[in-house]
Amino acid sequence: MSTVLRLDRITKRFGGVTANDDVTLKLKEGEILALLGENGAGKTTLMNILFGHYAADEGTVKVFGKTLPPGRPRAAIKAGVGMVHQHFTLAGNLSVLDNVMLGSEPLLRAKSRCEEGRARLLALSEQFGLTVDPDARVLGLSIGERQRVEILKALYRDARILILDEPTAVLARPEAHRLFDTLRSMTRQGLSIIFISHKLNEVMAASDRITILREGRIMAERTPTETSSDELAELMVGCRVTRPKREAHAIGPPRLVAEDVTVHLDGKPMLKGVSFTVHAGEILGIVGVSGNGQVALGALLSGVAAPETGRLTLEGREIGGQGPRAFIAEGVGRIPEDRHAEGVVGELSVWENGVLEHLATPEFSTHGFVRRGVARCHAADLIKRFDVRGATPEMRIRLLSGGNIQKLILGRVLAAAPKVIIANQPTRGLDEGAIAAVHGELLSAREAGAATILISEDLEEAVGLSDRLQAIVGGRLSQPVAAERADSRRLGLMMAGVWEELGDAA
Amino acid sequence: MIESLDLLFSASLWAAVLRIATPLIFGVLGALLCERSGVLNLGIEGVMTMGAMSGWLSVFLGSDLWTGLLIAAAAGALIGLLHALLTVPLGLSQHVSGLGITLFASALAYYLYRLIVTVGESPPTIDPFRPLDIPILSDLPFLGPVLFVQTAPTYLALIAVAVIAYVLARTPLGLAIRMTGENPHTVESQGLDPALIRIGCVMAGSALMALGGAFLTTAAFNSFFPEMVQGRGWICIALVVFSSWRPGKALLGALLFAFFDAYQLRLQTVVEGVPYQLFLMAPYILSIVALILVARRAQVPAALMTPYRRGER
Repeated sequence: MSTVLRLDRITKRFGGVTANDDVTLKLKEGEILALLGENGAGKTTLMNILFGHYAADEGTVKVFGKTLPPGRPRAAIKAGVGMVHQHFTLAGNLSVLDNVMLGSEPLLRAKSRCEEGRARLLALSEQFGLTVDPDARVLGLSIGERQRVEILKALYRDARILILDEPTAVLARPEAHRLFDTLRSMTRQGLSIIFISHKLNEVMAASDRITILREGRIMAERTPTETSSDELAELMVGCRVTRPKREAHAIGPPRLVAEDVTVHLDGKPMLKGVSFTVHAGEILGIVGVSGNGQVALGALLSGVAAPETGRLTLEGREIGGQGPRAFIAEGVGRIPEDRHAEGVVGELSVWENGVLEHLATPEFSTHGFVRRGVARCHAADLIKRFDVRGATPEMRIRLLSGGNIQKLILGRVLAAAPKVIIANQPTRGLDEGAIAAVHGELLSAREAGAATILISEDLEEAVGLSDRLQAIVGGRLSQPVAAERADSRRLGLMMAGVWEELGDAA
Repeated sequence: MIESLDLLFSASLWAAVLRIATPLIFGVLGALLCERSGVLNLGIEGVMTMGAMSGWLSVFLGSDLWTGLLIAAAAGALIGLLHALLTVPLGLSQHVSGLGITLFASALAYYLYRLIVTVGESPPTIDPFRPLDIPILSDLPFLGPVLFVQTAPTYLALIAVAVIAYVLARTPLGLAIRMTGENPHTVESQGLDPALIRIGCVMAGSALMALGGAFLTTAAFNSFFPEMVQGRGWICIALVVFSSWRPGKALLGALLFAFFDAYQLRLQTVVEGVPYQLFLMAPYILSIVALILVARRAQVPAALMTPYRRGER
């Protein structure tokens, strides 16, 4: 097999930080190469250099034997490189066809050849099994469909080498499987693929070769047959990371109880008569494929949405629908699903974000003035206690990585010693090191007697952390089962909504 | 009452509507082009003033009327370039830059005018565009005196609407412009330069705005005087929103506003006992009402007013 792509001794520095240090990489024809590394290991930077978004400080990029001029995406596209960015670069208000055709024609052509474009798009989508409606507005598409549009965009420009940046970060598991099937069929048709990931299992399952990047340097290269997840984890993180284990311990009285609660969002019933009880010192896992009512559950448990019918009580007192402020005052701590949109305000500093939920308490404000000194100390404490790397109280929180933002949010919640913790997809998009840290903190809060509701799509996480599990399907909750009894068959049935066969559990 | 309704059927009212609408059509098209690429151009009022002055001045100094328009457009494009440089490569606040440009360009226009022209008792005049009397067509009943006795720049404005609408909707360049206003990173990742596209659109848009200004001094009137743009630029900014960023609807909006304006002028003469200031206000109030009714559903270009910085996501 011939080499189609060669990165030769690439070095890239941002200010004082070296993002890529003397990286050399080869891609062979028809191969799927996985670029494995933690967040911040320099994977995306490397691919952005390859695609011409950045110019490397040193080193060259050769595609099909020809050196690419640095910093020119157009040249990369022409040479046959296509890139699917992690944060999709699509215009939501425009149609799929518009998004695909952009840049493919000479700008000064008197009329777009839309009909030819449509035919070509449909042919490609047929050839690679990527179904899309050319006239649909991108805004109305699901995440999976948008990713297909991104891939088609690259194929439309005759990409022979496809780069995918964290392609499964936004996908549910079945969609991810389908994606890898598609990629495999593409390599059979002669394409070569690089995908970036920090997920060990998918790297093991879907790639021909794995290159591990740590702190900007290539650490090792393996094939899936000659390595194991454990070895990869070690190479990636630099030391052995094991997720903390849940220890059995006594469970306290009921804390947060929902009885037959129905919640409407935008006038539609999204939660239908759900009941659950979470006790002090217990983690209750809510598992399910996303889009089954998790959003409504999150809204209910943070006080944003009020129960239409039924009761939500905290230590026996009705609390449902009293607004986020009352929830926080009652000691409900929340780790929201979308940390960037709901968890923090990106343009504000770390210390401001650190006191955001408790600004009105006497601890952080007097007579309407923020006690800045106290708030700054609080932020410094959080940074230290929860190992928020790279942070200072004064910096804008936007500049932190996702994992470190999550650690700060977690710290903000736990520092208030909450009675109840709502953890909604707490480790989505985080790397192994950060996941272990988040799990450790949730478990020690459990030790300390907090009642936790863990809403997660990640079964391994849910089973590992939870004392009991309930499945959410179509806005309904299954009966709880003890984690010890939750084997994969039982969980599969629960998540498919087949509850009756299981009999009573817990 | 009957009299005020009768007015609606007079050809002179509708001819005035087209005449009053012409500078607005140029202005709203220009603002729309800038905004479709993602740049708000509040320099419009100053650009129109500059266009009015430079167009008039070049004719006053001896060039013909069409050259005057060309020079006005060039002056507009030049000021547009300044706004583009401040807002695109430097990424400054588009509001602040735009307002600054309005103050700067208006003042510069008066300054240059006073520097070159000696103003006596009354401002000097030029020989402006005359209404075309298109044979046969202008003899059509009603339509003739409305549509076919306008001055040449009015037809130019109508042609410009069609051209901009076509370019935006049907050409690869138009797609690139629309995409730049929606998500410049998309444009970059497809190998085009969003900064160049924005600069180009702001320059072309400003040239159009300047033509709107030049219409005032070379067709509607025959002299230049301070404050003659009279907030037309601001109206255009509102009309862009009214139009939901579509050229066809922008034309409609300009005509609607011009209709209110022409009608109130005539109403003043037939309705008695009402202070004329109320009539003067009417077009603006009606515009606000129209804006409330229409603009809530308007589809704003997603990246409007978002500076584009390479490599930042």
